Amino acid sequence: MAISLSDEGNVVKYGYRFIPKKFSFEGYEAIFKNPGILINAYSVTILITIVGTAAGLLFTAMIAYVMSRKDYRYRRTTTLYVVFTMLFSGGLVPFYILVVKYLHLKDTLWVLIIPYLVNPFYVMIMKGFLDQMPSEIIESAKIDGAGEYRSFFAIVLPLSVPALATVGLFISFVYWNDWWLGLLFIDTDKLVPLQLLLYRTMNTIEFYAANSQHLSGNVDVTKFPSLTARMALAVLGAGPMLFVFPFFQRYFVKGLTVGSLKE
Amino acid sequence: MKSQRELFILSLPALIFKLVFSYLPLIGLIVAFKKFRFNLGIFGSKWNGLDNFRFFFVSDNAWRITRNTVMYNVGFIIITMVCALLLALLLNEMSGRAVKVYQTALFLPYFLSWVVVGYIVLAFLEQERGLLDHLWSLFGWESVNWYQEADRWPYILNAVNLWKTVGFSTLVYYAGIIGINPTYYEAARIDGASKLQMIRNITLPLLMPLIVVLVIVAIGGMFRADFGLFYFIPNNSSFLYSTTDVIDTYVFRALRTIGDVGMSAAVGLYQSIIGFILVIAANGIIKKFNKDHALW
Repeated sequence: MAISLSDEGNVVKYGYRFIPKKFSFEGYEAIFKNPGILINAYSVTILITIVGTAAGLLFTAMIAYVMSRKDYRYRRTTTLYVVFTMLFSGGLVPFYILVVKYLHLKDTLWVLIIPYLVNPFYVMIMKGFLDQMPSEIIESAKIDGAGEYRSFFAIVLPLSVPALATVGLFISFVYWNDWWLGLLFIDTDKLVPLQLLLYRTMNTIEFYAANSQHLSGNVDVTKFPSLTARMALAVLGAGPMLFVFPFFQRYFVKGLTVGSLKE
Repeated sequence: MKSQRELFILSLPALIFKLVFSYLPLIGLIVAFKKFRFNLGIFGSKWNGLDNFRFFFVSDNAWRITRNTVMYNVGFIIITMVCALLLALLLNEMSGRAVKVYQTALFLPYFLSWVVVGYIVLAFLEQERGLLDHLWSLFGWESVNWYQEADRWPYILNAVNLWKTVGFSTLVYYAGIIGINPTYYEAARIDGASKLQMIRNITLPLLMPLIVVLVIVAIGGMFRADFGLFYFIPNNSSFLYSTTDVIDTYVFRALRTIGDVGMSAAVGLYQSIIGFILVIAANGIIKKFNKDHALW
């Protein structure tokens, strides 16, 4: 953070400092002079975060609710089916082949959303919360003539707001911070999410830095404030979520307590 | 009847999702036994027997990446558990407002992506400009090119991992401690027990089930490594492979850089099977000692 606000010349001369010798916004200016890539990465990330969180949360809540219903005939089978995927997985290679060759999702927006939709761990947290919901509520809804869909959407979901907030925030962090799917499947510049952009920038600057010594000193590295720009990017990448974080913290603690109570 | 069907339909999206993304890849594991060609697909490619495995295990890579993966994870499990327990106990001794502040400070790194953490580590370690070099020069020590010194990385990675992940475990333990019935402590206080005695005789025994569950889960993941940590923090520097390369980064490189699909699938299968056995074994051993503590 401090570096991103420092004067480039000073950073090159004195190295990074916790407290900058001279304040300067040129790191940020350099980025905002050419904002196209950054805005693009932001919109990709915001889009996948919103769509992914909404869909993922809905699917997670739906299956977790079914698993929490003690009168559901296939409850045990469903739970086993979900938990097994936590213990044993095909690994990277079959997953990669599946996505690229059979689902044809490489270089699409979908590939950044779909693979994270249902995480068994979040299903278990959600189920832990729903387990504590008294079954009388659903029974009375049934007597009033509500079908399963209605009692789920009109009664169960509104009552689960704390759990939905916790799990939803976890899911949104997963999408916001993801670079893994981008690294694997995205080659088109238009679809690069924020974290992948950060990673690529780090590497590019690394490359210039490593080669500048061999460039016979004619190149003025200080012209482009690469060092401060890099840190400015890091701040921009982490910023929005760090801003959101404190507001939801009380939900987090509540949600985690719910999760650990299920033992 | 109708209600059973409706419930099933509610679970259907997630069931289909898991079928496609978790169960179909299991069938895909047969590529580990194939000479895979992308244009022919999984079923069109020729069988290759155990050659993929033989190739991997004959190379010294097998030993190196297995050792790295296991050693790092053992380190992470022990260090994180001890530090998280200590922090949770200390947190429990604090008053309301201070708890909030410390919680935020501890938990925040957990929500940074590995890329951002990579930037932060770079700011510390970069030669000539990094904060550490700066510190070193105050003592008059020589500057170090961290990204080429393999034998220091076990310490660096342990420290970085602890910084990023300790908040999560601390909070889980803290939630557990809060859940302990306060009458135990009152009784102990009447008997004149000291703080340390209370921790040893009340808090720790009651936290045991939670600790055991977390450790079993961690043991199950011992053959899996956090890809982000081992890829971004050492910056994929090939000087450091001897001490930073783990199974996950190896498989990734074999797949994306070298393109050896069959062998990377074989390594992945080796990883999944051993991980599975470890979970079952850990659960079995704990069941022997204390039935209630086991996962199932």
